[in-house]
Amino acid sequence: MPEKTEKMEEIKFSEQSLALVNRIIKRYPEGRQKSALLPVLHVAQAEFNGWLSPPVMDYVASLLSIKPVEVYEVASFYSMYNLEPVGTCLIEVCQTGPCWLRGSDDIVAHLENKLNIKVGETTADGMFTLKTVECLGSCGTAPMLQCGAKYHENLTTDKVDALVEDLRSANVRSTYMK
Amino acid sequence: MAKVTIDGVEVEVADGTTILNAARQIGGDLVPPAMCYYTSLKDSGGKCRVCLVKVTQGSAKDPRPMPKLVASCRTPVMDGMVVQNITSPEVLEARKGVVEFLLLNHPLDCPICDQAGECDLQNLAYEHGAAKTRYEEDRRTFEKIDIGDKIKLHMTRCILCYRCTYVADQLTDGRVHGIMNRGDKSEISTYIEKAVDNDFSGNMIDVCPVGALTDKTFRFKSRVWFTNPQDAHRDCPKCSGKVVLWMKGDDVLRVSARKDQYGEVKEYICNECRYDHKNVADWTVEGPRHIDRHSVIAQNHYERTDLLAMKKEIERQIEFEKGKTLPEPNPSLTA
Amino acid sequence: MGKKLLTENINVPGIETFEVYRKNGGYASVEKALKTMTPDEVTEEVKKSGLRGRGGAGFPAGMKWSFLDRKSEKPRYLVCNADESEPGTFKDRYLMEKMPHLLVEGMITGSYALGAKTSYIYIRGEYMYIVRILEKAIDEAYAAGFLGQNILGTGYSLDLYVHPGAGAYICGEETALLESLEGKRGNPRLKPPFPAVAGLYAAPTVVNNVETIAAVVPIVNLGGDEYAKTGIGKSTGTKLISASGHINKPGIYEIELGLPVEEFIYSDEYCGGIWKGRKMKAVVAGGSSVPILPADLILKTAKGEQRLMTYESLADGGFVSGTMLGSGGFIVYDETACIVRNLWTFARFYHHESCGQCSPCREGTGWMEKVLHRIEHGHGHSGDIDLLVDVAKKIEGNTICPLGDAAAWPVASAIRHFREEFEYHVKYPEKVKNPKHFEVEPFVSEKKLEAVGA
Ligand SMILES: Cc1cc2nc3c(=O)[nH]c(=O)nc-3n(C[C@H](O)[C@H](O)[C@H](O)COP(=O)(O)O)c2cc1C
Ligand code: SF4
Ligand code: SF4
Ligand code: FES
Ligand code: FES
Repeated sequence: MPEKTEKMEEIKFSEQSLALVNRIIKRYPEGRQKSALLPVLHVAQAEFNGWLSPPVMDYVASLLSIKPVEVYEVASFYSMYNLEPVGTCLIEVCQTGPCWLRGSDDIVAHLENKLNIKVGETTADGMFTLKTVECLGSCGTAPMLQCGAKYHENLTTDKVDALVEDLRSANVRSTYMK
Repeated sequence: MAKVTIDGVEVEVADGTTILNAARQIGGDLVPPAMCYYTSLKDSGGKCRVCLVKVTQGSAKDPRPMPKLVASCRTPVMDGMVVQNITSPEVLEARKGVVEFLLLNHPLDCPICDQAGECDLQNLAYEHGAAKTRYEEDRRTFEKIDIGDKIKLHMTRCILCYRCTYVADQLTDGRVHGIMNRGDKSEISTYIEKAVDNDFSGNMIDVCPVGALTDKTFRFKSRVWFTNPQDAHRDCPKCSGKVVLWMKGDDVLRVSARKDQYGEVKEYICNECRYDHKNVADWTVEGPRHIDRHSVIAQNHYERTDLLAMKKEIERQIEFEKGKTLPEPNPSLTA
Repeated sequence: MGKKLLTENINVPGIETFEVYRKNGGYASVEKALKTMTPDEVTEEVKKSGLRGRGGAGFPAGMKWSFLDRKSEKPRYLVCNADESEPGTFKDRYLMEKMPHLLVEGMITGSYALGAKTSYIYIRGEYMYIVRILEKAIDEAYAAGFLGQNILGTGYSLDLYVHPGAGAYICGEETALLESLEGKRGNPRLKPPFPAVAGLYAAPTVVNNVETIAAVVPIVNLGGDEYAKTGIGKSTGTKLISASGHINKPGIYEIELGLPVEEFIYSDEYCGGIWKGRKMKAVVAGGSSVPILPADLILKTAKGEQRLMTYESLADGGFVSGTMLGSGGFIVYDETACIVRNLWTFARFYHHESCGQCSPCREGTGWMEKVLHRIEHGHGHSGDIDLLVDVAKKIEGNTICPLGDAAAWPVASAIRHFREEFEYHVKYPEKVKNPKHFEVEPFVSEKKLEAVGA
């Protein structure tokens, strides 16, 4: 069971995010603000270090006037929400049939080698987390991976090398929001 | 009113009645088992799939059969509907499959489970299960945890019927536990440590069909069938005060709500009655509780003859499908 | 060149902007519908067009629209299903990314027909960059007076929003999608009631796939009858096919329904044949959920007739020797592909994506994945193949939503058509230890060898 590490008071959206959250809530009818939960969790994950800690989820619950358990239930259902900290760059390689046919296994093996971690792990410097995922709708440009909002397609090991270097030197947190 | 025929028995029920409840109005062996449906819990049902039945005629108006087996607990009857439960080999085969799925990751730790003897899954497996598991893989396991100081959760045993979450939503004012994760990683949890603490939260224990939620205050470890259940009541400002005292000698080992023959609580009880009155002097004892024969609590009552009769009925149906003349129906199934 | 009803202009530079899209005839359907037709007349054209849902099930769109409860006091909703997560399917992405205004236009015309005042596009969360593209297109449409209050002065008003999911294939199932749109876990609902009566917020709702909604644009522009002239029989119009796997030209192709499968695979206009000069072994024609067919059966039906890209022709032979058009996810396998490994990846997918609500799917998908993993990695035993068939059978038809069937069909069909390959894995565990076993040494059917006397 995760520990409560941060205090509730420390968690607050930036003004810009808060404005965005309020715009999101307005998309749904009065009293249906719970509908905003998925998009707001995306905003929260992007803003609070790439994962949803229990206090962050409690904060989202308070913004939407719902019970914390409703947020936990939802956050734990969807695969894009990280319930544990992840590296600065989360690399997600698709491994479903069509990608496998075009060599996704080799891409995964190459990344494991290069980053010296196994799938599911984070590099010691906290830079990269490697994950395998299921079909991302890019089967015609397989093999592919997603990092943040960006799709990297028609991968070769050379392209992967270049990408890893780029990500390392840029050193910005990958988020789905950008 | 709607007229519906289930395994050859006709019954007239109010519009909107589900097939399951229509069958319960007939009673007996043709009543489908139910592991997730719970009459008094809104939205319950449809999930476990043990109550699947075959609708061979949709209604008098539209006599077409339904293309798939349907969950009897959530399918309303129509006038002129014809349903097969234990007279359909397809239903029995599907149900056997469902029972196997429910048992797949179940620890089968009945010998050490508090629920043994009053577990719906144990009863179900006994009636419908195969003798041997075909599952070679490791079973899913979870640590047992306390949710609050009165309830223990053995998630490993949970069949994800969702009943306890409906109790928390519909009977208490602040649900703090729920279903986390998805697929076969789903689990009942509070996610972060939180006590389930509410006047009516104890009812989660009674609605749980298996031994996943148990009463930590069940004082002496004792097999249910060594206890002596007594109906009793007290004046309670919060609830009906109608309970069952599970006694050994003069000791009240446990207090629970009263269940009907289908294992359902009709009158929920408050936590005070459940946990804080373990003294027989607090109660007016009405007399011994009648335990339905469908449970293995009534051990000696459990006869395999029902199954034999069922098998005969299936053979009869198969003969019929082969185009042969229909032999006389088995009286024990239609009576 | 086949006729293109959706993507004719997709390569026009700047077509993703309102300006260029409009210059190329965009939003004509909105003008025509709102200014010259009643909502019911629009629905009538969709009915006449014979358009069938492009999301997978192929349900006639006009009929679905006519089921919408119009007597209800509640607001009505049109929800676009852009969850696109079926392995092998990536056409909606292409359409939305390249021509966002086509979807926006279809949403406006469709919402008008259904009397919706608020509509949503539910898009899978991984497509977040497309959310930005769609939002930009929507902003442009508002600015041009095609969305918002009193559109084009006709008195009709509509708000349109994009709602991202967060990683869950099951949210493509329409009732799970609605739950998710309400901010809940993506658990499919029990039906009835159907969304047409009680959908989003328990109000009457139509859920349609991106491509279905886009097709409303040419239908209104041309008229339903004219649209129906393209295609064959009950398979009218054009269809976007996502082609992937071992072909020379993977990608999206808009085809006229009725195109011979053989032409689609081998013509340079489409897939351009099998890569590396290899032979074709099998095809999954409609996304991972539909039955896989061996090369001979995908080209010709069991009766020896040429197989066409239509709902009917692909389904010819039922589950014994046919398949389905499904979502149009066309995955091609060459002779080096291992059917068992492919199936294992599919089984892993369904296991990962099961919502876990009902027991056959929750438990059965994981079981099948484990058994397949075992076989593929050389630890299978002789009973495993029949066990798989039996587990698949016990899931199929017994679950709340069709994901259970979708998980069972690929297993049943792969074993039906490629049983020998499964047996090979059990018989020669050493040979399959290398994950690329059939690339090293392609599988050759022993039965076929015997037949030619080798
Ligand atoms: C498990 C599952 C996943 C589905 N995924 C999608 C999807 O990603 N996109 C889609 O349009 N339809 C999907 N469908 C079909 C939808 O339930 C629904 O039939 C469809 O959106 C209706 O639109 P249409 O009639 O325009 O095809 C899925 C169905 C199931 C059972
Ligand atoms: S804990 Fe018991 S009541 Fe709750 S979901 Fe599990 S089996 Fe059902
Ligand atoms: S079939 Fe699978 S995905 Fe569908 S409701 Fe049941 S468990 Fe969920
Ligand atoms: S299988 Fe990898 S994107 Fe579809
Ligand atoms: S009791 Fe009907 S599905 Fe569980």
